[in-house]
Amino acid sequence: MIELVSTSRCTECGLCVRVCPTNVFDDHDGLPVIARQHDCQTCYICEVYCPVDALYVAPYGDQAVTVDEDALAADGTLGSWRAAIGWGRKRVTLAALDTTPFIDRILPSQPALPAEEIAFILAAPAKEPAEA
Amino acid sequence: MRDEAELRLQADVLVIGGGPAGAWAAWNAARAGARVVLAEKGYLGSSGATAPGGTNLLYLPPDAALREAAVQQRMEGGGQLSEARWIHRVLDQVYESLQLVEAWGYPFRRDEHGVPLRDHLQGPEYLKLMRKAVHRAGVRILDQSPALELLVDEHGVGGARGLSRLDGRRWEVRAGAVVIATGGCAFLSKGLGCNVLTGEGLLMAAETGAELSGMEFSRAYAPSAAFGTNTRGRTLGWASYYDQHGKVLHAGGPRSRDFLAKALLQGPVYAVLDKADTPEKRAILRRAHAIFFLPLERAGIDPFTQPFPLTLRYEGTLRGTGGLRLTSDDCATSVPGLYAAGDAATRERVCGGLSGGGAYNASWAICSGSWAGHGAALHALDAPRERRLRPAGGAGLRPVQGSAPIDSAALVAAVQSQVLPLEINYFRSEAGLRQALGAVDALWPEAGGLPDTRTPQAALRAREAAAMVAASRWIFNAALGRKETRASHTLAEYPELDPAQRHRLIVSGLERIALRTEPVPA
Repeated sequence: MIELVSTSRCTECGLCVRVCPTNVFDDHDGLPVIARQHDCQTCYICEVYCPVDALYVAPYGDQAVTVDEDALAADGTLGSWRAAIGWGRKRVTLAALDTTPFIDRILPSQPALPAEEIAFILAAPAKEPAEA
Repeated sequence: MRDEAELRLQADVLVIGGGPAGAWAAWNAARAGARVVLAEKGYLGSSGATAPGGTNLLYLPPDAALREAAVQQRMEGGGQLSEARWIHRVLDQVYESLQLVEAWGYPFRRDEHGVPLRDHLQGPEYLKLMRKAVHRAGVRILDQSPALELLVDEHGVGGARGLSRLDGRRWEVRAGAVVIATGGCAFLSKGLGCNVLTGEGLLMAAETGAELSGMEFSRAYAPSAAFGTNTRGRTLGWASYYDQHGKVLHAGGPRSRDFLAKALLQGPVYAVLDKADTPEKRAILRRAHAIFFLPLERAGIDPFTQPFPLTLRYEGTLRGTGGLRLTSDDCATSVPGLYAAGDAATRERVCGGLSGGGAYNASWAICSGSWAGHGAALHALDAPRERRLRPAGGAGLRPVQGSAPIDSAALVAAVQSQVLPLEINYFRSEAGLRQALGAVDALWPEAGGLPDTRTPQAALRAREAAAMVAASRWIFNAALGRKETRASHTLAEYPELDPAQRHRLIVSGLERIALRTEPVPA
């Protein structure tokens, strides 16, 4: 569930209040506050949308836990999911790196793949296709 | 909150729901020349089962032999309840639609020969593009604006009312046609992205007389880490399974469909992805199903070497195949002016009685959304201008006079206690289902009580609770009406397929639920 809105990082853009599918945040004079934590469905999408990595969703779906913002910032956890999705400047999107169409090639029943095939599957695209 | 609508809009087509099906419906209706409003409970882009993670698609290049083989395989798997013509329609339409998605900027991977691989989408990217396309098409998007009830008159459905969760403002949209694209009903079981899917679309439609089909096939459960919510099971293809003492329950390779459900009844089950035995395989899996790894790693677990506990989360009608009955190629329902798309519609014509999850549902959302949007736009062109619309909402919204306040939390918990347990709804028996049906039938009068309307959240939850009670009653009624084992439906007393029951089961009604059969079109 959502556990943290970092007030030091938050720029009060209001995006998390708008995008949360289950309406967990309230807007208090611009600042998002976690008003209905137990409605959080732990889908992590708020982290993807937050442009300044001010949100942290803990992995526990039913149980609230205490979190330490400094520790989450220090080990790079804050913002890690947005980085994995590849949103933000100069990042490659997960969509462009997606290996799903290839995973049947590494099923446990399959023989080991040649190195060049693995390299092809894991290759980053030369450039992001321009958005139409 | 006041009852009077503070935002009034006039449109040709109102789309209720902003997941993929709603987005495709809105885009196609707008392309057909309609003025379109889309109202979404959450936010078009982040909301629904598709948005947070990855989703497979049923997608085949236009190769006649390849497609015919896929059609035949599905006809068999779906218990001969699907229709070859509809599967071909989906294969044709989704091929066209995914070319559009690519043109809009989705970076599909290509194989070594440069052939685009369009059978998987990452949700955040996909829905961001869909929002942009819908916006550019001129659709007015109402985010955080759940619909609560439909408006009807003698011509059929002509709009809806709802509220804004952000400020409690009531809205009313009058429209020549309405598309229900509200997803399935997953009973707040915390599957990934699924807690917005609580069945109000089905309830609203049923209140205007719409029928439902295939509700008996709501028997799908999805694995996730026991503490988490990420119902993505594909990665478990690289798992071995253990009990709490470290005894091997399954050493990898193909598992029987019942394996995890049976094992969980015996006690805790743990998995380790030890079949991904090289750094390269691990890297490939991480970039395929990144969201599967997220909660595990945040909990300090290396899933490739350390066992993690599993659970099964009920997916209701979402990964089942039932929903609003469709009466035409453009996804009209049995009520004039009302169309259905995505998981809110029955997927039986394509999936038969087998789970529509894993590819079928995602492609169905695109196709049914496209057809419903287009059909609704054409219907709206001919819709009468003068309407005498009245609101159709009942339980959870408009109380029966003199009734007690609804305790929404208690009502939800009571429904969940009947629909979620594997013992009742997965290992189905006639005796068990009868008892469960009795329990949820007894909740229906409570759902008709006095809703708490002090906050928009409370008002919405009362309506959601009523919808979940209604959905559970349709599911159990239909499940008891199919006295056989076919596709994903089972009954302990009837373990065999009965050729005489190769028909669809149609349920309708709220106070009294009617059940009838319908032949499968040839």
